Amino acid sequence: MKAAVDAPLANSLAEARRTADMAGRAAWEDAQGVAALLAVHLHGLNGAVIRAAAGPVRDLWVKQFIALLPDNPPVCRLPLTTGEDRLLGGLDLAATLAAGRPVAEKGVLAAANEGVLIAAMAERMPMATAAHAAAALDAGSVQVERDGFSHRDEARFAMLLLDESVNGDDGPPALLQERLAFRLDLHSVSMRAATPFPYSAAEIEKARHRVSQVAMPDGMLEAVNEAALSIGAHSIRVLRFCISAARSAAALAGRMEATQADAELACRLVLGPRTAPVAADAAQLPDSRAPDDDSPSSGEDPARNDRSGDDPEDSASDATSEVMPDEMMIEALTGAALANPLSRLEASKTAARGAAAGKSGQVSKGRQKGRPIAPRKCDPRRDGRLDILATLRAAAPWQKLRAVADGSSPEKAQIRIRTEDFHVKCFKQQSESTVIFVVDASGSSAMNRMAEAKGAVERLLADCYARRDYVALIAFRGNSAELLLPPTRSLVRARRQLAQLPGGGGTPLAAGIDAAFVLASAEQSKGRTPYVVFLSDGRGNIARDGEAGRKAAEKDAMAAARRLGGAGCAVLFFDTSPRPGKGAQELGEVMGAQYQLLPFVDGGVVSTAVRRSLAQS
Amino acid sequence: MSTYPFSAIVGQDELKTALLIAAVDRHIGGVLAFGDRGAGKSTAIRALAALLPKLSFVKNCSYRCDPDNPLRMCENCTGAAKKGDLAAQMEPAPVVDLPLGATEDRVVGALDLESALVKGKKRFEPGLLARAHRGFLYIDEVNLLDDHLVDVLLDVAASGENIVEREGLSVRHPAQFVLVGSGNPEEGELRPQLLDRFGLSADVRTPMDPAARIEIVRRRDAYERDPGGFVAKWRRKDNALRKKVENARQLLDDIETPDSILERAAALCIALGTDGLRGELTLMRAARAVCSLEGEEIVSEDALRRVAPMALRHRLRKDPLDEADASSRVARAVDELFPL
Repeated sequence: MKAAVDAPLANSLAEARRTADMAGRAAWEDAQGVAALLAVHLHGLNGAVIRAAAGPVRDLWVKQFIALLPDNPPVCRLPLTTGEDRLLGGLDLAATLAAGRPVAEKGVLAAANEGVLIAAMAERMPMATAAHAAAALDAGSVQVERDGFSHRDEARFAMLLLDESVNGDDGPPALLQERLAFRLDLHSVSMRAATPFPYSAAEIEKARHRVSQVAMPDGMLEAVNEAALSIGAHSIRVLRFCISAARSAAALAGRMEATQADAELACRLVLGPRTAPVAADAAQLPDSRAPDDDSPSSGEDPARNDRSGDDPEDSASDATSEVMPDEMMIEALTGAALANPLSRLEASKTAARGAAAGKSGQVSKGRQKGRPIAPRKCDPRRDGRLDILATLRAAAPWQKLRAVADGSSPEKAQIRIRTEDFHVKCFKQQSESTVIFVVDASGSSAMNRMAEAKGAVERLLADCYARRDYVALIAFRGNSAELLLPPTRSLVRARRQLAQLPGGGGTPLAAGIDAAFVLASAEQSKGRTPYVVFLSDGRGNIARDGEAGRKAAEKDAMAAARRLGGAGCAVLFFDTSPRPGKGAQELGEVMGAQYQLLPFVDGGVVSTAVRRSLAQS
Repeated sequence: MSTYPFSAIVGQDELKTALLIAAVDRHIGGVLAFGDRGAGKSTAIRALAALLPKLSFVKNCSYRCDPDNPLRMCENCTGAAKKGDLAAQMEPAPVVDLPLGATEDRVVGALDLESALVKGKKRFEPGLLARAHRGFLYIDEVNLLDDHLVDVLLDVAASGENIVEREGLSVRHPAQFVLVGSGNPEEGELRPQLLDRFGLSADVRTPMDPAARIEIVRRRDAYERDPGGFVAKWRRKDNALRKKVENARQLLDDIETPDSILERAAALCIALGTDGLRGELTLMRAARAVCSLEGEEIVSEDALRRVAPMALRHRLRKDPLDEADASSRVARAVDELFPL
């Protein structure tokens, strides 16, 4: 692409910018609508997921949304690190010590009552936090059973999940996303497009009084239900959100009965973003299109990883430029008894390289992170955080005696705590792990060992199930690598994807390694420990730029392998070639991988090589 | 706010039947409701509270002892029973929520801090297990429950007694409860030990029939606008259902189980390869409870058919790679063994 910037190109760039601007404006208009509908009916709609990078546009939306709410409601922020004690409430340390008796403190969820709770970086929210917030959204209150307290705090709030995930991440926990009516994507909105909201708090307040009385005309419910079902949004909650949003829209317009237009708006805002997961590989647009063009509302991209039986032929057809034999379906050859190589992998890795964060299935007892376990007696100056409650409990039985020993009056409100009372908090951290399978589905592999590779992955999947790992599946063939299955715990889905994986085409090994690197880094940033398992013959013939050519391909593969090696995650490389060559072994070395030959399966008999290597472990 | 009435719940027949069985026969071993989000699992379970018949409790006993069962009483009540001065009162059976973030001290009970610090008295403050005695203990998102709490629950559920040895306290009190859990399998599987502890497991799916869906939204809407009025409107149906449960409880011991039915149940368990005898026992108990609810005196094949999926689906030996889900495996076996 050496073309000089000539007039037509400049024109088309300007054109592209205009289209992007229009898309941004449309997105912002929707965002304004969402803010108003939500402000009118906070408790019927529960809140919104806002996908946007941290920045002025998002801040502006949040600020203006809050300005719409009548009566200055509380606005609480929920930092990622909020522990259960602060989330739900519990013992108030200062007040307890001052009063000489336990004093309760409200948690963040209860503090947001009748207001708004904002969670930034919600894509990284721990499951426990999400589960509490979801329970509070359902019940409108928090039940506190902690630190000797047992009571119920009101907690009716609307929630804003600020989702900063980039393509490929799963976003905030599903159980929380599902409970919020709206999803916004502000990525395409520029600051120029972000205009002030055309609503005032006074209008919202008026609409609020009306919203619960708005009637739904006959047939509207049925129509909305049909619309929801047609896009595959089966949950009853979604249906109820549509109805609430339609009511809210009618109330805002000053009507006492919802009209067709209200229902349409509601369906567009509630159902629209739920139609299909935004395609993760939006970057792979054809060259002819302008780069700004991939607006978020690109609904045209078929949901490839949808669970409904995707036709394998369909997804295979985008892999163009078949260099190698035509694609073929190869069924898994089961019976390959590849017993538990994963466990050996992690052991060797953590010993060799301190970088791996933890071991799956194993529990690291830490002092600062993880879930609380029983506190233990210890001097807090030496070790960890003081557990006030346990310390008080330890001190409590001795108060009278100590008062006598001290010679002071036992009636005085004073707690006598000795060194031996001190307890510190203990946590245990169960780090989750993700096993990323990178399967070579190229023609050369398919010809030789595809069946065995599939069989091996199936065996490994069963191991992953036993170890409660996440699994992800990347396949490379033709001229690119594809994430067939984002990290999931659903073994059934993994197996189905694997079974549907066609073989054929060139070997874009570098692309496969790069894809593994990207996913592994993403998993690391989520606090999970990635393990990468390659099944390939290590003979790339497609370079990173998609061009055929063994030399360039090998160089690129090496570079990619080096980068993966630097990521510090454990790698297992199964060489699937019928005659193992040096190539795969060298690649494995550069990645810092454990290199293994995929055993030949011959009538269920495992090759002696693997037996031997397993016997060593 | 008054809870949503049980009889106003649309669909979810399996879950409702499972809960009613547990209300009739407390020894069934609890109910697990696993399935789609937003399908009304917790609504149904919370609504059950209104259907539970009143029980007689020892007055002012913090462990809620049963005055008619001297073998399972706390120390205070045992002493009082010997002297013969136990006062009883009728109260509804409790349905206690165990929230996810509960700390262990609140679950099993602990030293009462206030009386220890202020009055210098060593007093035990009973926890949720004590409060749930003779009632239901409900855990939403049970698959996300902390492992150490799961251990406590398993231990107490097995022995029916809560033994606390902490902070210089040594307390034991009866704690028999029906464990009810709900969750979504996508968030994680349940530990096998805990899974096995549940007697019945109901499969909860979002209804897809448009008429049912619209009815759900309509009723929910009516309830949210005027909870009091809505509950009043359904009170008669709920009362009738409670009567049914009460009658079924009395009838339960007199239900006859023919040998042919026992053989059928055994054959079914063998065909499905369920581990242990717990499956068969639960199957029979559930079938009896269903018959007593229907007012039948002899267990029929039909009843067995009806309860087989919920009694057995979570006991099949799990093959993670078998795509045929457990429900359809049970259904297939039932169809083969009991041709209509």
